[in-house]
Amino acid sequence: MAVISYIDAITMAMREEMRRDSNVFVLGEDVGVRGGVFRATVGLIEEFGEARVIDTPLAESAIVGVGIGAAAYGMRPIAEIQFADFIMPAVNQIVSEAAKMRYRSNNDWDCPITIRAPYGGGVHGALYHSQSVEAMFTNVPGLKVVAPSTPYDAKGLLKAAIRDNDPVLFFEHKRCYRLIKGEVPETDYTVPIGKADVKREGSDITVISYGMTLHFCLQAAEKLAQEGISAHVLDLRTLYPLDKEAIAEAASKTGKVLIVHEDNKEGGVGGEVAAIIAEECLFDLDAPIKRLCGPDVPAMPYSPPMEKFFMLNPDKVYEAMKELAQF
Amino acid sequence: MATKVLMPQLGESVTEGTISKWLVKVGDMVNKYDPLAEVSTDKVNAEVPSTVAGRVSEIVVAEGETVAIGTLILYIEETGTANGGEPPSSASQQPTAAGTKQESPPAAAPIAAAQPGVQAAPAPATQERGKPRYSPAVMQLAQQHGIDLSRVNGSGLGGRVTRKDVQAIIDAGGQQPVSTPTPTQAPEISAAAVSREAAPPTVSAAASTAEVSTAPGDQIIPVSSIRRTIANRMVQSKHEAPHAWTMVEVDVTKLVNFRNQAKDEFKRKEGLNLTFLPFFIKAVVESLKEYPMMNSTWAGDKIIVKKNINISIAVATEDALFVPVIKDADQKSILGIAKSVEDLATRSRAGKLTMDDMSGGTFTVNNTGSFGSVQSMPIINSPQAAILSVEAIVKRPVVIDDMIAIRSMVNLCLSLDHRVLDGLICGRFLQSVKQRLESIGPDTKLY
Repeated sequence: MAVISYIDAITMAMREEMRRDSNVFVLGEDVGVRGGVFRATVGLIEEFGEARVIDTPLAESAIVGVGIGAAAYGMRPIAEIQFADFIMPAVNQIVSEAAKMRYRSNNDWDCPITIRAPYGGGVHGALYHSQSVEAMFTNVPGLKVVAPSTPYDAKGLLKAAIRDNDPVLFFEHKRCYRLIKGEVPETDYTVPIGKADVKREGSDITVISYGMTLHFCLQAAEKLAQEGISAHVLDLRTLYPLDKEAIAEAASKTGKVLIVHEDNKEGGVGGEVAAIIAEECLFDLDAPIKRLCGPDVPAMPYSPPMEKFFMLNPDKVYEAMKELAQF
Repeated sequence: MATKVLMPQLGESVTEGTISKWLVKVGDMVNKYDPLAEVSTDKVNAEVPSTVAGRVSEIVVAEGETVAIGTLILYIEETGTANGGEPPSSASQQPTAAGTKQESPPAAAPIAAAQPGVQAAPAPATQERGKPRYSPAVMQLAQQHGIDLSRVNGSGLGGRVTRKDVQAIIDAGGQQPVSTPTPTQAPEISAAAVSREAAPPTVSAAASTAEVSTAPGDQIIPVSSIRRTIANRMVQSKHEAPHAWTMVEVDVTKLVNFRNQAKDEFKRKEGLNLTFLPFFIKAVVESLKEYPMMNSTWAGDKIIVKKNINISIAVATEDALFVPVIKDADQKSILGIAKSVEDLATRSRAGKLTMDDMSGGTFTVNNTGSFGSVQSMPIINSPQAAILSVEAIVKRPVVIDDMIAIRSMVNLCLSLDHRVLDGLICGRFLQSVKQRLESIGPDTKLY
């Protein structure tokens, strides 16, 4: 089995699905000739031609809107939004059209679109290339929102998203693209949407995360293990709908829960996870549910020391985990 | 002084680079900005310029090796130039970053705003030993396994008892019993406790008798938390207060006649039955006002005479005994007392008594007559000083004016805490109650 990067796993998933199903096509800004600004779609236009790898104008509402139209016609578009920060013009198409298609047509029409977008910071992207936008979509029934953190999950979830007959938002953490590597089988496999994954078994504290911060949690867990503290790490993988069972089980196992995500704290996905735990597991809790998140400020700064101050890192996660374990 | 040269970041999202070719070797002299090596990443190939002038003293990373951004790749021995080495701009590894807040003044406001969000939450207030706070998990485990949390040493922050602490005790076989009865576990007599399933808890040594053997056919009933609490309180009361006992007989013929006369109209007007108990309680309350010492508590080095007269009444249900309190009974009429009794009895049986209903009693009236008893020796409801049982009203032949008459008679039995009270005052108190009861008649006011 090859060890490949997170972004290569994403390219592999798209290539395999495009080979498997001629209805699958890619559209977005610079996805064709350039191969994507992050090189996520490199090699695709050479293999599948310009009819299936389409360079769109700079108009996100059209990227998604055209995709929705094609999907209604029976195709399986993979619409790329170049940076998640730019998804705003497409929100109406996503929320009011794609998400409601099946419901409002009483099953006559469906919308098998996958919308991919790189999110997250730590790359000096500043205000408009670093945002975490997932919380805007994790309360829209009719949509699914996934955010893998490992290359294995990225390939499996993207294939599952493409095959899903309903709209799926696929958020890729841009810092994970080349930093995170892992074993990815070359076989055809999918990872189920709606299922979280225990990435590390433990018995003292439970840490729930997704995206880049999941890796910080794992690094911090390694460090804590040397101090005799055993952390149970749960990767959400799907942010909407949340895997309530897995969350409750992980929380009840230790009674002490820390939720970590890069998105800002108030209104983030962590709040929903905390509410689920409070509802289902009150009598198993040994400590208040803690959240370690980005600060509640309008955007990630450009200035490097301020970006570093804003971002989470393994040390900040380690401190929070240790404090919880000692409570 | 050797300056470190680190692998620079050569593009957005580039996280590592490969030294494809060294352009210098150890011993070479370089000027500032001279290229040191060719580096390739998957996005771009570039040269690494020297940040200082000097002599290459050590090459750390070999050609062809791939290292992460910020890794040390070589040392340069600086020679003579004025400016000291500026570390290359690999921002993610910058240890001085935290100190550069003063660089841009407009940034100060956002940092101040962000500060509360980012700082670690202030350490939770250390728990004083006397006011422990237990988490839901700890409470649940303790209740399920009968663990007395006041005896558990906490390993958590500030001495907090953690779930792991309680689990460790359970895994080790439970707590060892204490030699003195456990203190009153009043919270467990709340409505919730009645319906909660409780596993058989460890019984305190004083409460348990000698080894009891079971024979086939014996029925083993686990002790519920209610039963255990009652047991503990009874033991405590008998153990602490030396009980003495006295009794008077009361002729309540006129009361019986009056009540029989009044009860139908009372029922019609007020919607509840007029029983005998409110009359007895009223008489007791009035006598308590006359003899306030009967309404007191032994407190070690002092006796506290209670001002409020809160009458505890005993309500028996199928499997438990409740003792709710009629607060400020001296401020109520017969009707008021009757209503309170009705309300408390109903709620007791429904399991809906609150903590407030069960606390603050100063004297207890026990209606043992309702199950036909003609004499009883009640156990004092600690920390009160006395308890009065009202026995069954029975028709008996008695001597009046040297003639035999059939009268309705009732015994009033009083148990008293002999530390606080003695026979004289109790005798007078009982006489007072007797006189009041014997003078109830057609003129008695119910309101």
